Amino acid sequence: MTPPAPLPTQLPTELPNPLPRPDDELARLEAAWKPPSGWKLLSAVNNTHIGLFYIATAFAFFVAAGILALLMRIQLAVPENTFLDQVLYNQMFTMHGTVMMFLFAVPVVEAIGVLLLPNMLGARDLPFPRLSAYAYWAYLIGGVVFFGSLFFGNAPDGGWFMNPPLTSYRYSPGANADWWLLGIGFIEISAIAGAIEIIVGILRTRAPGMSLDKLPIYAWAMLVFAGMIVFAFPAVILATMLLELERAFHWPFFVAELGGDPLLWQHLFWFFGHPEVYIIFLPAAGMVSLIVPTMARTPLLAHRLIVLALAGTGFLSFGLWVHHMFATGIPQLSLSFFSAAGMAVAIPSGIQIFAWIATMASGRVQLKTPALFVLGFLAVFVIGGLTGVMVAVVPFDWQVHDTYFIVAHLHYVLFGGMVFPMFAAFYYWIGCRARWPARRIAVGVFRIRALAYRRHREPGAARRLVGNAAGAAGSGLFVSMAAAFTGDGGSWRGAEGREERYLGIVPRESFPRAASKGC
Amino acid sequence: MNCARASLCLVALPALVSLGACGNMPAVLDPHGSNAQQTAQIAWVLFWGGGLIFVFVMALAAYAVFASPAHRAWLGRQNFVVGAGIVFPIVTLSALLFYTFKVSGELVGAKDAAPLKIEIVGEMWWWRVHYVDAGGASVLVTANEVHIPVGRTVELFLESADVLHSFWVPNLAGKLDLIPGRVNVLRVKADSAGVFRGQCAEYCGAQHAKMAFHVVAHAVPEFDAWLAAQQLPAAAPRTPTLERGMTLFIANCGACHTVRATPAAGQLGPDLTHVGSRLALAAGTLPNNVGTIAGWIAASQHIKPENRMPSFDRFTGEELRALAAYVESLQ
Repeated sequence: MTPPAPLPTQLPTELPNPLPRPDDELARLEAAWKPPSGWKLLSAVNNTHIGLFYIATAFAFFVAAGILALLMRIQLAVPENTFLDQVLYNQMFTMHGTVMMFLFAVPVVEAIGVLLLPNMLGARDLPFPRLSAYAYWAYLIGGVVFFGSLFFGNAPDGGWFMNPPLTSYRYSPGANADWWLLGIGFIEISAIAGAIEIIVGILRTRAPGMSLDKLPIYAWAMLVFAGMIVFAFPAVILATMLLELERAFHWPFFVAELGGDPLLWQHLFWFFGHPEVYIIFLPAAGMVSLIVPTMARTPLLAHRLIVLALAGTGFLSFGLWVHHMFATGIPQLSLSFFSAAGMAVAIPSGIQIFAWIATMASGRVQLKTPALFVLGFLAVFVIGGLTGVMVAVVPFDWQVHDTYFIVAHLHYVLFGGMVFPMFAAFYYWIGCRARWPARRIAVGVFRIRALAYRRHREPGAARRLVGNAAGAAGSGLFVSMAAAFTGDGGSWRGAEGREERYLGIVPRESFPRAASKGC
Repeated sequence: MNCARASLCLVALPALVSLGACGNMPAVLDPHGSNAQQTAQIAWVLFWGGGLIFVFVMALAAYAVFASPAHRAWLGRQNFVVGAGIVFPIVTLSALLFYTFKVSGELVGAKDAAPLKIEIVGEMWWWRVHYVDAGGASVLVTANEVHIPVGRTVELFLESADVLHSFWVPNLAGKLDLIPGRVNVLRVKADSAGVFRGQCAEYCGAQHAKMAFHVVAHAVPEFDAWLAAQQLPAAAPRTPTLERGMTLFIANCGACHTVRATPAAGQLGPDLTHVGSRLALAAGTLPNNVGTIAGWIAASQHIKPENRMPSFDRFTGEELRALAAYVESLQ
């Protein structure tokens, strides 16, 4: 492995068109790009606005689904609790999982991409601004309607994976499951629209001179991420269509006695559901790969290896969906391949983790807020990864599958792998916009968050038990949520993130958020 | 075992420690059957290995941040990334993969010449249990309790009558799903006598939490005696109260429940011919005694909402006592 080629130091000084420029060119350009104000804000299509709306909405769903988790923990705090009845409890854990996955995790990483990518690529906007506005508004309306079903006691209650036959017409005759199938179907379409926009944006709207090998690592992560969405989400859209056809018209896709097969759903769902984890993790890893070099004031080590790891994760993640179906009675030989694939996918993650550690060692880490969140991410995510290797072991998985071990594992992966980096990114990119120095509050947020992140990890406790006789320890995950809107007043000196070297090539005004130096 | 327990605390599963669970192992790590035994061994390897790797990675990260630049220079090289990020996981994971393939091959391949065959049907939200002879004919139907002989392989044929369920007795083996249209076979062998709690482990609707069961492992002679006693028809009522209870049972309960040797021959609910001898009521929901039986009859929808049995709250106190006494007498 050789280090990446140095970037051009000579920037082009001549414009491509030698003809004289019109006098009012700049005024007209600025008028065209003036941000809309007041009610017209609703008609905004520029990525800087849509990206912010998008992130704020996703964060609101994060808080809402977090409140659902708190209510569930209250129910589970003592045995035989009567705080929630089984109807509401089952709706809540279904909504918690679904909202966190489909209305928070995927939209928020896509939203951060919408906000940051054009700035990093040196473009004024994404290639299809109206498409991103459409994706946002479709997501907002679909998400609010979907979440609203909870207030009418009519929310989906089949678990976030919605396994038939429980969710089919016979055992779920109400409209509950239809909210899920239709709502999530449309939200998926919005995600695919965003992914296509990101792919085209990265491949077609880079600044002059930014060849693919000079692509910021975050853009690589987003390219793989978007490609995975385009490949994985049609599987779940197909599954939801089949199940809705079964529910509406009684076509027996999943009814065993009429020739269907309930396992078909699981194959389709997890063919999407496993890559989903990496769809959420890769953008976060991309952000960490930008933040670590800045915090350590040194270029990212093993840049090419990391890009290979990103692409390798994207590839491997499609080969291990049966990872989630070890207990369904699939023959041992078939399980072995998926067990091996489940372990192999740990390697690309290992490459990235050690590349970040090596980068930290080769520089000198400033322990500012983003760096703290990145270190917290390392600790929590490594536990998530190691427990992931554990559940790839077939006999062990037979014991821990569908227990709180899995709940702990997936929360370590998602909270460690995505929420910690997101907070790191928040403090990293908000750095030069913050009006008040609130470093102490931010560090406090981190400490609460890191302490609060201790989950119940008992292998012997089965999940989704409303009246769990064993009770279960609360985790207080979300205590610090309200305090999270604080900024670190500093800017990051000594940053070497690659994206910043393009400052001279492209219009500056879209840059401040992407390049957090020197504002 | 004490050593193993101490090591569990060292591995620092914080929730376990905070629950004071070091004296009270989770069932997965308290195996009473060969299948669970081998899995628990893998679990210890994984906990220890994972714990060590975690400590190692965290130490490296701390070193990278806090050690002096001269000391940490060796870390900041691409060779380190290749070694720790590629070579190390390939070696460890390959070793782990071969080790676990070997064990799971033994788990799946372990066959017995003459296993005991039991067919278990998951229904919302209880377990119908058929004992079958070598030819596959049913010799006994019972519910929510699986009795097995110690030391003999038992083949459990798992089926579902409605939605997905999963059969899980952590002391004996890992779980296996019950899927409509399929028959999954789980082999278990208990090494010692005991009562082991089982639980449905695949979310199956409103009362998934109250879909438990017990596996009772007996020494072979006791098991044979149990099987013979269960195959007998129900005991005839010996007192006028019990007789009155039987009359009420046949009139009110017989459409759904069977009590062999009486006109009650319903198939919707559990066979109650020997319900009085079982450890629990309503799929592990309540302890089994005359009081809980009466409570269940009168308020089953309150105790386990949405289950298929209506609350029979129209009996007088005297009728309910007679009915409960009769059900309890079905030993």
